[in-house]
Amino acid sequence: MELLISVMVGVMIATGTYLMLARNVLRFIFGLILISNAANLMIFVAGRLTPESPPLIPDGADVPPDIVANALPQALVLTAIVIGFGLFAFALTLVYRGYQSMGTLMSDEMRLAEPEEDRQ
Amino acid sequence: MAEAAGEVPRVAGGPAGWISILIPAAIFVWLVQLVPAISLGEVILWAYDWVPSLDIRLSVILDGLSLTFALLISGIGALVTLYSAKYLGNHPEYPRFVLYLMAFMFGMLGLVLADNLIALFVFWEVTTISSYLLIGFNSDEAKSRRSALQALLVTGTGGLALLAGIIMLGNVAGSFELSVILSQGDMIRAHPLYVPIVILFLAGAFTKSAQFPFHFWLPNAMAAPTPVSAYLHSATMVKAGVFLMARMNPAIGGTDLWFWTLTIAGGFTAVFASILAMRQTDIKQVLAYTTLMALGTLTLFIGAGTSDAIKAMMLFLVVHSLYKAALFLMIGIVDHATGTREAEVLRGLGRKMPVTAVAAVVAAVSMAGIPPLVGFIGKEFLYKAGLELDQGMFWVTGAAFAASALMFAVAGIVALRPFFGKLAETPKPAHEGPVMMLTGPLVLAGLSLYFGLFPDTIEAWLVAPGTWAVYGDPTVSVDLYLFREVNAAFILSLVTFATGAVIYAIHRPLRNWLGRIFEANPIKFDPGWDRVLDGLKALAAWQTRHLQSGVLQRYLFTVFATLGVAVGLTIWARDALAFDLDLSSELDGLLFKHWAVLIFVAAGAILTALTSSRMTAIVCLGVVGIGVALIFIMFSAPDVAITQLLVETLVVVLVAVAMLKLPHLDLPGRRDKRPWHGVLSIGVGVVSSAVLIAVMQGDIDRRLTDYFEITSWPEAYGRNIVNVILVDFRALDTFGEIAVVVVAALAAYALLRGTHYKKPVAAKEDEA
Repeated sequence: MELLISVMVGVMIATGTYLMLARNVLRFIFGLILISNAANLMIFVAGRLTPESPPLIPDGADVPPDIVANALPQALVLTAIVIGFGLFAFALTLVYRGYQSMGTLMSDEMRLAEPEEDRQ
Repeated sequence: MAEAAGEVPRVAGGPAGWISILIPAAIFVWLVQLVPAISLGEVILWAYDWVPSLDIRLSVILDGLSLTFALLISGIGALVTLYSAKYLGNHPEYPRFVLYLMAFMFGMLGLVLADNLIALFVFWEVTTISSYLLIGFNSDEAKSRRSALQALLVTGTGGLALLAGIIMLGNVAGSFELSVILSQGDMIRAHPLYVPIVILFLAGAFTKSAQFPFHFWLPNAMAAPTPVSAYLHSATMVKAGVFLMARMNPAIGGTDLWFWTLTIAGGFTAVFASILAMRQTDIKQVLAYTTLMALGTLTLFIGAGTSDAIKAMMLFLVVHSLYKAALFLMIGIVDHATGTREAEVLRGLGRKMPVTAVAAVVAAVSMAGIPPLVGFIGKEFLYKAGLELDQGMFWVTGAAFAASALMFAVAGIVALRPFFGKLAETPKPAHEGPVMMLTGPLVLAGLSLYFGLFPDTIEAWLVAPGTWAVYGDPTVSVDLYLFREVNAAFILSLVTFATGAVIYAIHRPLRNWLGRIFEANPIKFDPGWDRVLDGLKALAAWQTRHLQSGVLQRYLFTVFATLGVAVGLTIWARDALAFDLDLSSELDGLLFKHWAVLIFVAAGAILTALTSSRMTAIVCLGVVGIGVALIFIMFSAPDVAITQLLVETLVVVLVAVAMLKLPHLDLPGRRDKRPWHGVLSIGVGVVSSAVLIAVMQGDIDRRLTDYFEITSWPEAYGRNIVNVILVDFRALDTFGEIAVVVVAALAAYALLRGTHYKKPVAAKEDEA
């Protein structure tokens, strides 16, 4: 499973990269979503995959059973998901507002700060 | 004259004037009382810890060399400030001028007295910056600004090289203290870094002292007011490079590299500059080029390096400072009185300006090297030292001879012609200069005569201790005399007078001829400088145009390409990936649900990338997000899965809402096809997979996890370890995370609020 998930993460990164390179900034957002999901998965998988044994301590015990999933990457990924969402929400608002102000979603046409005639 | 505009009446320059006269005078007097001790060979050291952690000390070394320089700086400084108080005293910016001049003098004194090389460098840069301000003092003239900037850039670049050399030398010698470094000459000369150290130090010294090919800035620096030229370009700043070479001579001198670099550059500069001096008609420019000649001669004799050569160098240093400062101040008086500095115009001023004429003639006779002035002794000893050299005898003597003969002729041009013959018409009627301005030239000329008649005084006070310091041997005997016997040097002097007289006789046709030669010469340094600057600007524009395209796609392409190549190369170079993958164990135990999730996520991602339908894209993103959540569930991360599901739902909803007001992904009939981006993306994806596989092949360090597992219940009273980590062990991280979300929400709110007030989209269409 690890190998296949690694390949799947690679596919997500590749498609995310391709989308982020697009002219259309909405596609850029799609790429951002894909890549942040892929990054979260990467951290999670790097902590090793352990099926069906969540990191919980049973009632009455002081420590978890011998084999439980790695809790550390889970905590990291939880934080990352929320921050990734914050980034996404802000980027989406920026795209929306950018379209409102400039009437385009094409990144090379957004030239408010550096108008075309300034460049030789 | 520009300085005359907008005058404000002040007596002797007001407070700025007398303060600026008193300070250098006081320093001079204080230094003079140290002369007896130094002339006995004593070296005074004094230190104060400045930046102890970096081994930078504000330490002073007072030996013959630094004392000679300090006396010249403060003594000529006092005469120049006295002169300036009259010359510029009514200038509206006079106090500013005094400030710059004092800053310069402070830097110069620090430079020559510093025992710590870092401190020396700091003072070196103080002189660079203050000379920039002084040369550009008439800042409303484009020529002044250009000259100032040119001097700053040339000497500043050399300063950077010097800094690199200082750091290297400090590491080699294990100290930045000159008193330590100077005693380690043999070790430094044998060190592999010796050659770069010499090159870097000489880059600093040659730019500062305007040695060929960095000579072009000095004549331009004559845009400065005349007292500045007299001070900076005769006695002080341009001699800083000479000082550096003399100071470092015991540590890095005495090798073939040192000998040939200095003698060739110095000799060439001396002769070349003397020829250029013949070309000029503006007397101030003539003097500027003769200063170059003197600097070249000094460099030449430091390079020659024998005890006689160093002796001659120290003597000529003082001789030149005395006569050149006097002549610069003299031409300032003439300029003030007549309104011109043209050699062709000025004739017969002697009757109208007798005192100026006396000072000028005495100084010029010293410059020409005629007895009984000290200039004669200086030239005699240059010849004597040159003739006794083992290697390079013809080159050194020849260069000194050519330069001296030309100096003889130039002395006639600057001091003989303007004051003798029939009085000529000048823009203003000639009149004698004021006392405050005459004091400087008279005192300096008087000293030239006094030292010529009584050479024992200058020998004991300055030349002998200076020679000991530069040669690094306090046992060298120095014996100066005006005339003792008819020897080779004396005969050479007579030949010099004859040659010089011939050159003076034909100097006007010679000037025209030289003018034609230089017109035809394709290599011009000054316009070349402009081309270098233009080239730099063009290079900057070119690289900005290419690196900073302003196109988001290109920036991102660079970022992703760098990521892929850097990480990929690292994996390849480190051989991080083992390819003994066990496919059977990989597939073993794989259930339908696993396959389904893998395929759905991969397919969803690919379809998002390829579709041009917004709806398809959103649905595919949802599929990917939920697939990721399922993976979290399958592999024992229920909390993460819940969060992922929530967030993913919000993402899809938000994108859907936003898209109600956004256009389609592609314009009609235009598909999004980018093969090169596809290649790069696949590369980045492959590298990412490889990194993850490589990580999975290695061992995992579970120490942190173990710690959390053991302490979660006993210490934090939580049974869900992930939650305990988030809200207890790493609570500050979680707090930061909340802050990020809040800031994002506030920023988004601020962005969206603006949209209610105007509709620029419609406005834009109207314009179109």
